[in-house]
Formats: sequence, C-alpha cells, structure tokens
Amino acid sequence: MSTAVLRMARAGRYVVLGNPLTFGAFLMLAGLVTLALFGHWIAPYDPLATAVGPRLAPPSTTHWFGTDHLGRDILSRVIVATRLDLLIAISAVTLSFAAGSAAGASAGFYGGWTERIVTRIVDTIMAFPLFVLAMGIMAAVGTSVMNIVLTVALINFPSYARIARAEVNVRRNAGYVEAARLAGNTPRRILAVHIYPNCLPTLIVQASMNMGWAILSAAGLSFIGLGVRPPTAEWGIMVSDGSAFMMSGEWWVSTFPGIALMLAVLSFNLMGDGLRDLIDPRRRS
Amino acid sequence: MPASPLLEVSDLSKRFPVRGSRSLVHAVDRVGFSLQAGESVGLVGESGCGKSTLVRLVTRLLDHTGGEIRFEGQEIGAIPSAHFAHRPERAKIQMVFQDPTDSLNPRFTAFDTVADPIRHLAGVSERRLLQDRVAEVADLVRLPGELLGRYPHQLSGGQQQRVGIARAIAVSPQLLILDEPTSALDVSVQAVILHLLAELRRRLGMSYLFVSHDLNVVRLITERVMVMYAGRIVEVGPTAEVFSRPNHPYTRALLSAIPTFDPNSRRERIRLPGEPQSPIDPSPTVCRFFGRCPEGFDRCAREMPALRHLGGDRHVACHLLDRDHDGEGPSE
Amino acid sequence: MRGAGPLLSVEDLSLEFRARDGTVRVLDGVGFTVGWGKTVGLVGESGSGKTITALAIMGVLPPTARVTAGRAVFKGTDLLAADERTLRRYRGSEISMTFQQARAALNPIRPVGRQIEDVIGHHTDLQPAAARSRTLDLLAGVQIPDPGRVYGAFPFELSGGMCQRVMIAMAVACSPSLLIADEPATGLDVCTQAAVLELIGDLARQNNMATLLISHDLGLLGERADRVVVMHAGHVVETAPTAALLAAPRHPYTAKLIASSPRPSVGLADLVTIPGTIPDFRAQLPPCRFSFRCDRAAPECDQPPLPRVVVGPDHVVACRRPL
Repeated sequence: MSTAVLRMARAGRYVVLGNPLTFGAFLMLAGLVTLALFGHWIAPYDPLATAVGPRLAPPSTTHWFGTDHLGRDILSRVIVATRLDLLIAISAVTLSFAAGSAAGASAGFYGGWTERIVTRIVDTIMAFPLFVLAMGIMAAVGTSVMNIVLTVALINFPSYARIARAEVNVRRNAGYVEAARLAGNTPRRILAVHIYPNCLPTLIVQASMNMGWAILSAAGLSFIGLGVRPPTAEWGIMVSDGSAFMMSGEWWVSTFPGIALMLAVLSFNLMGDGLRDLIDPRRRS
Repeated sequence: MPASPLLEVSDLSKRFPVRGSRSLVHAVDRVGFSLQAGESVGLVGESGCGKSTLVRLVTRLLDHTGGEIRFEGQEIGAIPSAHFAHRPERAKIQMVFQDPTDSLNPRFTAFDTVADPIRHLAGVSERRLLQDRVAEVADLVRLPGELLGRYPHQLSGGQQQRVGIARAIAVSPQLLILDEPTSALDVSVQAVILHLLAELRRRLGMSYLFVSHDLNVVRLITERVMVMYAGRIVEVGPTAEVFSRPNHPYTRALLSAIPTFDPNSRRERIRLPGEPQSPIDPSPTVCRFFGRCPEGFDRCAREMPALRHLGGDRHVACHLLDRDHDGEGPSE
Repeated sequence: MRGAGPLLSVEDLSLEFRARDGTVRVLDGVGFTVGWGKTVGLVGESGSGKTITALAIMGVLPPTARVTAGRAVFKGTDLLAADERTLRRYRGSEISMTFQQARAALNPIRPVGRQIEDVIGHHTDLQPAAARSRTLDLLAGVQIPDPGRVYGAFPFELSGGMCQRVMIAMAVACSPSLLIADEPATGLDVCTQAAVLELIGDLARQNNMATLLISHDLGLLGERADRVVVMHAGHVVETAPTAALLAAPRHPYTAKLIASSPRPSVGLADLVTIPGTIPDFRAQLPPCRFSFRCDRAAPECDQPPLPRVVVGPDHVVACRRPL
C-alpha cells in the first residue's frame, strides 16, 4: 500500500517538475474545489442579497468585481456559483462515464446484438446537434438541477460509449485476453478485470476534457434560460444577465463570471493531458 | 504401444466466413494427428498456413467447423469454447504465447498473472496458499521472487517470457502448447528459454506441441515434426528423419532455406516460383502446393494428395512418391 | 565516380538520447567501413544500436537523439555535418534504406506503384510515362510475378514478403551506391526470407551497389555478407571477413552469439547461453560494456580505453583478452 502511495507521489513529482502547465492546472482545480466546498464562508457578501452596494458599480476595493443591476456583489456570486457549476458538471460526467463506458465496453466485447443496440442509440443521439438536443429536452422536461445533470449526461453519453467500444475492441483479441481465457476466466470477468482497466487511461483523459465541456453545456443552458433559474448564482446566468449591459459599458457584470467559466474549462482540459501521464503505467519507471 | 494417445485430432477443419460474401477461408482443412503423453511434437509452417488457428482449436479458444478433438479419449471439440473455462480439461491444456509483451496484461504484476489460473482453475483463493504456489512455480521457471511484484514493462524480454511460461504451467497441464515461444526474443535469450523448456518437460513430464517457423529451433526440442502448408499437414515424421530425408517438396524447400552459419556451404536453395494459392474457397481437387511446387505435375492439378503412411513413423501427402517409386514404395 | 577510400566510412560515432531521467549513451565510438559494391552485415541483439546507426547515417534521427562525436563519410562528404539540402539529395538516390516493417513503412492509402514513381519523380526528371515503365521494370526486377497488378495495389492487399519487395524496388529505384537494409528478413517466412536476401544480393551484384545488411541473425548474414560488424550495447566489438568471423571469432561476445544460435550441427545440450542483458546505458559504464557478461573478464578489462586489436587481416576486435 505504502509503495503504491510512494509510486503515485513519484509520478506526481514528475508531473510537477516535467510539466508546469499541468501543475498550474492542478493548482487551479484545487482552488476551484476549495471555492466549491467553502465558498459560502469565503464570499464577502451574501450572493443573493440585493443592494449590498450601489447598482452597476464598477470594480472597487469594496466590491472587487463590481456589482450588478440589482446591486449584488459579483465576486460573492462568482465564488458561490462554483459549487453548483462543478456539481452539475461532475455529476453529469460521472453518470455519462459510467453508463457510456459500460455500454460501449459491452458492445465492443460481446459484439452481436449488444453492439447493434448500443451503436443505434449512439447514432441516434449523435444525429442531433447536441446542444440543440439538450435545449429540446430541457424545454420538454422542465428546468431543475436534476434535469440539467441528466440532460448533460445524455448528450455526453456517445463520446464515452464510442471510446470504450473502440478501446475494448482493439484489446479483445490481445494475447493476454486469450491467456485469461486459458486461465479459466469467465467472459464477464475478462471484460471487467482484464480489458476494462486497460481502457481506463483513455476514458479518464476523455472525462477530464469532457468536464470542461459539461460545465459549458450547463452554463450554456442557463444562459439561454433553459437551465438554472435566477436568482441562483450560476456562471451562465450571470454572463447572460450581464450581456445586456455590455453595450452600455458595464463590462464587469459578464466578464468576471465569464473568466471563471473559462478558467474552469481550461484547467480541466490541461489536467486531462497531465492525467494521461499519471495513469498510464507504461510511463512510470 | 500406449493404449490411447493424449491428444487425437481427426478431420479437423476451421473455415472462416469472408466478410461481405459467402466465400470461406479454409484456415485448417481436415487435419488429423495424434500426440502421445510425454511426447514433444513440432508444428512447422509459414505464417498464414493455419498453425495458429490449429493450436487455437486444440486449446479450445476457437470453435471448429468440423472434425474431432479427443483429449485423453474424451471428445472435447464439440464443447463450445465459451463454456470450456468450466471444464476440468481446461487446466490440462495450456499455452505459452509468442509475444510476451502482448500476452501479459500490462496492469497485472507478475504475481497476479501467474496467480490468475491458480485462482480460477485450481480453486485456490487463500492468500497464503496462492503465494506458496506462485513462488513454487516462479522457482521452476527461475524467475527471481523479487520480480513477482513487477509489471511487464519493468521486466526484460526473457523475464517476461518466464512469467508467460509460469502462468501456463501453474496448474500442471499435461499438454503445453508453445506458440513460437522464442521468436520475439534475442538469440541469447532464446537459448536460455529453450533450455528451460527442455528442463521443464523433463521435470514435469508434460507433452509439448511446439509451433515454430524456425526449423533450427524445432529440431532442438521435438521428437516428431509436422509440416503444415496452406491449412493441411503435408508431412509428419521423426524430427531427425524429416530433417535428413525430407519427402515433401515443401519440406525440402524449407530445409534448403535454413541458415547454416557456414559461409562455405552455399547450398542450392530451392526456389519456390509463383504465388501461393488463395485460401478462399480453394479447389478440393488440387494440391494446395501446386503452382509453387518446383516438381508439380499434371496429377497434382487433378487430385488432392492425402496424407499417407510410408512405413516407420513417416507420413507424407504428395503424388511424387507414386511417380518416383513407380508403385513399389508407399504402403497404405 | 569512385574515390580512393571506402564508399562509406563511419568513424568514432557517438550518439545519445535525452531521456527524462538522464542521458542514454546509445552509441559509443562506433566505427566501420563499407567498401564499394561490398555487402557488410551489421549484427547485434536488440538494443545494440544497429538501427540507430543506420538512421544516423541517413540523417533521420528522432528529435531526442544527438550525435556527440564522429563522422560518417560517404563519397568524401561527412553526412553528419552536411546540411539538410545535401542530405536530401543523397537520400533515396545515393543512399537508400529499407525498413523492417515494410507494410508500415509504405503509405497505406497510395498505390505502391505510385509511391515508387514518387521517388523516381523526386530524384530524376523522367516524364510520367517513362517513370511508370521504369516502375514496372523495377517491380519485375524484384521478382514480383504480376507487376501490372501490384502497381495499383495498396500495401494492405500485399503479403509481408511482397511489401518488402516493393520497398526494395523503391530503394533501388535511383540506382543508389549504398543500400541500407534494416532487418529485411525479420517477420518473413523461412522461404521468403531466403528469397528476399537472395534478391538483395542479386540486385547488389547487378548494379554494383554496396549493401549494409542489418540483422539480429548471424546465420542469415553468414551466407550473404562479405564482412560482418558485430555490435553489442553501442560498441562495435568485432569486425572481420565473414568466413574468418564464423570460423574463428575472436571476441567472446561473437563467440557466444554464434554458440547460442540454433544451427544444423548442434544439439540443445551444446547450445550456449549468454548470462545477463545489455546494461543500463544511463549508468556509469566500464570501458568494455560486455565485461560483466563475459566469462573471460579480468581486472585489466576495466582499464580504459576500449582497445582495438588487429588480430588478423581486416580483423579487429575490441577486447583486451581476445580468444
């Protein structure tokens, strides 16, 4: 156990020293997670309270990110929104990762009708522009956090299913799979114990890249009014709220939540590359 | 004369459908042979001749499309390969693979790899017993115990192949199939592995079916050899005899191509003209070697030669013998 | 135009890889020559540095590799110091190379005949029709039975042996003075192996082309090469005329390499093994990188430098205690 920890630590050190960009991404994510967990205590003002300052005040020492049209503190709202945005993205990605990789792996391994059903489902989803599909579903089922999670999970399902299917497919006839059959493993065990773990690095990298996209999708839905409802603090709605004031020069209302959104997406994407190095055992020595 | 052979294969065929058509690839075509307990038999042929398919039929990784496989007198060929994992014969037929980098799970340590068959086929689940048995097997293949915790990429080619051999012999099989076990290794490592295989057979009394395209290697480790060409066995006999007096023109061509390490012996290599016949729906009445055979004649295009007994322990499938011996030679 | 010296002379070539955990000294003082029209075999186990030597000569090293010393003089030009334009002129027309995985080395989505024409078009000013007929001649020249059909075939439609032949045709398309063939027979069947090697030999004779034949199999080289260069762990340990080398190897490694190869005259009991493996190139290594695998090693073997002892006509070993 301790050797495993040691090995992880050593690999971690490699990532830090060999790739400062990944390290930066890790730091940024750590910051985001801290904000998500403790944002309510960190935020200087109540994010929902109106008129904590003047309306549409530009950034100042009392309101670092300025205030919005209802006199709410934008910094506090940006901080508190982290929890909701990350929560939606993580739950959605976890769901689509689990369902998509299980379905895709079974399709790639068993072939036959399993494969036909899974590929049909994937093709059907992929036949729509994914964001438009998400809009349609949200409009139909109504806006709630749960529905956002399920919708975002659904539109991400195909990417996991396709990757898992391809990854399992190339390994299905590997020598070690034949050897596992000779060793008396049942097909299900071969898939779960021998093949699937070898596909994980690719899937996890995909998940990390996907996380940014999931945040964007959720924020995008809220932006067009099909996601989280105001007055909840959420980056997408805040950008949407502020967009009306861009023209009149009150740039800070949209810009700061937008930057938060961008940084979150960027750090998840950068982390994807770093994770690939960490997880792939062939890269450790 | 032993009562019944350990392995008896008769009329075994495997035909693969060609995608998008009703044609069939005749990978293994009505092959028959037997293997006695404790015997080491070589299977020689070029890549694509069906030797890999044949051993995967025998190890029951693949289902055949015709024929019989008898192991210790029991017909096992008809059991679907998907169910074979639960049969007692599973532990008795094991295999060592060609490329250790492909045949070892990159996420399994050497210990996990060797323990895998012991867990499932010998039903050992208690950690202590498992550790003891793995250590015992590692000792047999001379794999130092401290390497058991390593992943394949942390082992050298020779060590990887030792892990592969340990996995195969962990459940004490009676028949060990060696699918080109040294062709991915360096010469110096190959020698070590060959010595190890010979020693293991002596100590454990296993039978070997040794698949290789390298005749120099086959000669070292087998008593009998079967030569396969385009899905069919064309010659069988004691290794030394086949090497000194090959009967089939394909065997002769193979032997003439062996490197000798002797710059003075510029032997006349037998050239095989033309292209091999397509394995897709081949004619059942034409010898598969016809067209490439330097000695083929009109009868070879009319009639597929059957594998015939020549006396002693030698068999050959070729019309040339009739022509050369003019009727006096081969007995049916 | 034939100069006074050898066609290719590799002198004191040292090369290293930058790796995450240090510098890997892959080649150390490698030297050998290839005479005009001669066939030289370069033999060694994996990790001995055979292929990287060839890539260095061709000037196609991977970006992490760096030549730290040495020269590779080809027809009076040092290829290691030459600029990319000079190299491009040589590559393919004066020196060409075939690779082990022939199918992977060919462009998978272009008919093989067109790929040969590309090479011809690059180095000559033949008209398309002439290039095409030259290509068909080349395909026939490498004993491909139906050149017209193979011309339009994609690599995946051809067998491994056929791909190797196509690549050889491509390599000799501009009548190079030197062909570097990297493991041309590995992965092929015994009969195909012999045929491909014979073909290279025939082409070399017909075109008066020198050949550097790289192989891990000393037996294959034995019947084809005029001279053999034996490499171990980035060193050239022995060079000699083939007959002398096989009859009486003087370096312990060469002797063991021969004795560990299965060959017609020996049984399993006489098959010798070589203990140990190639050392870790990142570590501080003794002058002789074979010493710790060698049963003749003595304290003097750890004294630098690595000697170069002339033990016979054209026969050099890098050993203090040659056999």
